[in-house]
Amino acid sequence: MNSDIHRSRNEAVVVNNLHKKFDDLEVLRGVSLQANEGDVLSIIGSSGSGKSTFLRCINLLELPTSGDIRIAGESIAFKQSKQGLIPEDSKQVQRLRTKLGMVFQSFNLWSHKTVIQNVMEVPVHVLKQSKQDALERAEHFLNRVGLWEKRDQYPAFLSGGQQQRAAIARALAIEPRVMLFDEPTSALDPELVGEVLKVIHDLADEGRTMILVTHEMKFARDVSNQVIFLHHGKVEESGTAQQVFYETKSERCKAFVSSIH
Amino acid sequence: MSDLFSNWHLLSFSDDGWGWRMLEGLWSTFQIALGAFLMGLVIGLLGAIGKLHGSRLTRSLLAIYTTLIRAVPELVLILLLYYAGTGAINQVLDMMGYRPIDISGLVAGIVVLGIVQGAYATEVIRGAMRAIPNGQLEAAQAFGMSPVTVLRRITIPAMIPHALPGMANLWLIVAKDTALLAVVGFSELALITRQAAGLTQAYWVFFLAAGALYLSLTLVSNVFFRRLERHARRGQPGLS
Repeated sequence: MNSDIHRSRNEAVVVNNLHKKFDDLEVLRGVSLQANEGDVLSIIGSSGSGKSTFLRCINLLELPTSGDIRIAGESIAFKQSKQGLIPEDSKQVQRLRTKLGMVFQSFNLWSHKTVIQNVMEVPVHVLKQSKQDALERAEHFLNRVGLWEKRDQYPAFLSGGQQQRAAIARALAIEPRVMLFDEPTSALDPELVGEVLKVIHDLADEGRTMILVTHEMKFARDVSNQVIFLHHGKVEESGTAQQVFYETKSERCKAFVSSIH
Repeated sequence: MSDLFSNWHLLSFSDDGWGWRMLEGLWSTFQIALGAFLMGLVIGLLGAIGKLHGSRLTRSLLAIYTTLIRAVPELVLILLLYYAGTGAINQVLDMMGYRPIDISGLVAGIVVLGIVQGAYATEVIRGAMRAIPNGQLEAAQAFGMSPVTVLRRITIPAMIPHALPGMANLWLIVAKDTALLAVVGFSELALITRQAAGLTQAYWVFFLAAGALYLSLTLVSNVFFRRLERHARRGQPGLS
């Protein structure tokens, strides 16, 4: 895990000095990160540390109060409003979002569409691919997550693990520059966590760029080449998995990672 | 009650029977009901979108519309909109130098009942849209869908199963509300029934026949809406 190698690659997501306030509550107090192509970056921290909010700021599901966000080298243009920053150009935001494949904690599959319709939806109706192309790719990605035989089922008829794998296929189908995972196994029954982690692990091995918010410490340690430990909205520790899990000088970080080992 | 047993021939489809006229009345009733329902559906869809996403002014105007329409009795609204409405249109035409027009009863009936339906449909559809899990809308946004695409591809199809029971109710209500148009002289089923019964004195026969026709319309609609709902809920286990 030589970080110098990754620094020489193209940047995928860069966030600078991000702040987020909900009314008077300051959830993020100046968080920065850089993920380059091929990086697997995990964000860990206790509940309420702001890690999910931070991830949701990257694709603007939450609007930051201040800070810079750059996706694939392109800065998101903001203007100041009374509530904080708002995007200057919603078309730019929509375009940049298609470079970010988001996987949610609670899957958020579209319940009125079958699995394959879920996977084809964005390629056909946002990326304007032909139905035939989108269908072929969707079948490929469903195969990839082991759900090809479930392609004509509706999400509600699948297990949580299957739904989350379908959601991963949906995110893969837009061929994103970066995959964003927001606690992808937190809503799953314990026996279903493994199948989802295995899929994510395989994606990491393929060299896909990903930013993960997770409570699975062992998993974060094994797949990540960068780990960030957030505490009360600030980066308390960051570095390679080795550094954050075994060489940290932060007592909080030490206590947090040891409680889960 | 003697006519109950002796006067059924009045309903025959021969020249001196009222059969065809009753069926014509039913057809008029159906046309107005369908037109008003569809108009209400369009108003309801736009109204719900306006109430959920509109500016403060839009929301205030819609609140006034739904409150007023739902507060005032439909009969009063029909009289008001029909007489005052046609009067106003003709005044405007007069001011612009056009001749007054004779507004067709069918169009007037559809518009008046459509405005009433629209107020109720706005609330039904607004509730149905609110029932969509927020995560599904968030996912649509996160994948770069524009607001119009989210509406077209996610919100509208996902709200249909939630809206169908309420909309089926509104259809049954509008089918019967058409009878109120008898007061402005539009010849739908109720007015024809009253005329026929008055002329022949066979009240039992004609009002029972009209009741049966309204009932058959309802029963057929129920079958249709049940199928529609089953189709709309195909993605929901245990509900189909």
